[in-house]
Amino acid sequence: MEKQLMKGNEAIAEAVVRAGCKFFAGYPITPQSEILEYLSWRLPEVGGNFVQSESELAGISMVYGAAAAGFRAMTSSSGPGYSLLQEGISYIASAELPCLIINVMRYGSGLGDIFVGQSDYWQAVKNGGHGDYRSIVYAPASVKEASDLVVFGFDKAEEYRNPVTLLSDASISQMMEPVELPEMQEHNPDKFEWSLKGKGEGKARSITSVMYFQEDYDNYIAAKYKNIEKNEQLWEEIETEDAEIILVSYGITSRICNEAVELAREEGIKVGLLRPISLYPYPVRAFQKQKNVKAYISVEMTALAQMAEDVALACKMKQPVYSLAGGMEIFEASDVCNKIKEVIDGKAKEVF
Amino acid sequence: MLKKKPAACFVDNKYCPGCGHGIINRLVAEVLEEMGIYEESIGAIAVGCASLMPETFAVDCIQAQHGRAAAVAAGIKRCRPDKTVFTYQGDGDALAIGFSETMYSAIRNENITVIFVNNSNFGMTGGQMAPTTLENQKTTTTPRGRNIAETGDPLNVINMMKDLNTAYIARGSLTNNANIMKTKKYIRNAFEAQQNSEGFSFIEILSPCTTNWKMDPIKAMEHIEKNVTPVYELGVFVERGEKNA
Amino acid sequence: MEKLIIHKESCKSCRYCIENCPKGALYIKGDINEKGYPYVSVDHEKCTTCGICYNVCPDYVFEIQEREV
Repeated sequence: MEKQLMKGNEAIAEAVVRAGCKFFAGYPITPQSEILEYLSWRLPEVGGNFVQSESELAGISMVYGAAAAGFRAMTSSSGPGYSLLQEGISYIASAELPCLIINVMRYGSGLGDIFVGQSDYWQAVKNGGHGDYRSIVYAPASVKEASDLVVFGFDKAEEYRNPVTLLSDASISQMMEPVELPEMQEHNPDKFEWSLKGKGEGKARSITSVMYFQEDYDNYIAAKYKNIEKNEQLWEEIETEDAEIILVSYGITSRICNEAVELAREEGIKVGLLRPISLYPYPVRAFQKQKNVKAYISVEMTALAQMAEDVALACKMKQPVYSLAGGMEIFEASDVCNKIKEVIDGKAKEVF
Repeated sequence: MLKKKPAACFVDNKYCPGCGHGIINRLVAEVLEEMGIYEESIGAIAVGCASLMPETFAVDCIQAQHGRAAAVAAGIKRCRPDKTVFTYQGDGDALAIGFSETMYSAIRNENITVIFVNNSNFGMTGGQMAPTTLENQKTTTTPRGRNIAETGDPLNVINMMKDLNTAYIARGSLTNNANIMKTKKYIRNAFEAQQNSEGFSFIEILSPCTTNWKMDPIKAMEHIEKNVTPVYELGVFVERGEKNA
Repeated sequence: MEKLIIHKESCKSCRYCIENCPKGALYIKGDINEKGYPYVSVDHEKCTTCGICYNVCPDYVFEIQEREV
């Protein structure tokens, strides 16, 4: 497959089609709208269904129906629209259905703004909806990775019968980069015994919260997520081998940290980068294997240092955790270097 | 005339004595069976008393979120256009929290059938005011009777829907044998319209809620005849072929 | 010939059938089923198996079968 230059949102949308997804329902919101626009013409080309729904509530409900019918189905949103998806995500998780949800993060609470941010971390990773469930969450750091994680995400959603969230951001989704698109694949909605298709000669199916019929539900659901936590941690490490200070950062921010590692290394500071790719499950094992680390710095575009909590948990607070946080201005690599120096000089304040 | 309960009603239902849901469940099952499509049907079932249905109704079902059944059904139908897809919803569900999803399914003329049970209150949660609650009707949230100066008028959704481009809209009741048979005919027409890909079909059914109305079942049926039917007129409001002809 | 069968265990005593029976063939005499409801009974002499009781019943109590000869 040849490489082509594509905008993040369009590469994501094309990957959705190539993953065999035949159903999208969603609502316009910046900076996600190109996914909606692209699929509006592209899905009908491959015999799929595109619905511009009256709200995100309706959109995720249609996805719930389509997923229950066994089809690869997805929606995408941003900011306040992502909040409206939470009701449906909880239902989809409760019924153990696979689907893909894309959140192209913008910044701020309430209306917020349309520029890049990472302040939906808690909502996406810790569950915005009610009850005991988790969504598997992947955070791409490039256009290519975003398109790969779409296909991977659908596969994982089906493997675990659980919603998967692709946590993109306004930068990854709006930038253009060379991308090698995944191969086209077909999906057979009838391959699942559980998919709604009319009972036929058999017993009628009931798609609803599995707690109504799952024996020993508490342990069943706990074991399901323990299993995901054990098997699905994904991360990338850059120069962590001898690193005494490890930056922890995902998505677009990790690319700034990449540059900061280079700059700091030029000055002889032993810095590395740990980039979580799966945010749930959080890549705890990546922290446990670090031998020389003396401090972690969580670098993220949130005002409240949301991910720093997970960093502290992952290292079991054996090392101090600092943060470079805030989203009103995009960090420069030099900002990250300054923070590193503050930490070394003992001038930085720990998060906890 | 031989009579036997339809196969879909395979065990006793769980509704209160005198509740209309039992009759409506049976009518839906009879129509699907008589049309030979019962084994190919999929239901999106609402939250509320409707949610008691899947356990006792042998058709492939999905429990929709509160109010969203029509959107869930639309998602299923668009993926599986060869299946018969219906919703089964009460008035709190379809007209309060789900007003938008219900109306937009009609606006998009989704090729689904909505079975809408109007018993003029939130039954499952203990008899609170619903959009359909009559003027001056006492409920647990209108203890002195519904004051329309505060709440607005009882919602006649068919009046709002009938000018849209839809396939078939009718309102029936359960107050006697003749009305039940008419309601069954409406349900049959609705499913036939869907089978012929005519578009959105909507059947509202006036039904008693004996428990929350605190009425003897016979009295509840009389109340529907005397007080509910004058507000929610019975009949066919969009004939098949009328809009798409 | 047809015969009305009553599945008394399904009866919840709502009396819709009694109210709607054109022949006055249905009655509740007070015996209680396992669900705790006084259930409906039929006077076969009066019943014409018209099926109205089946139509108005919310609880699938009635069935009209071919009478065995």
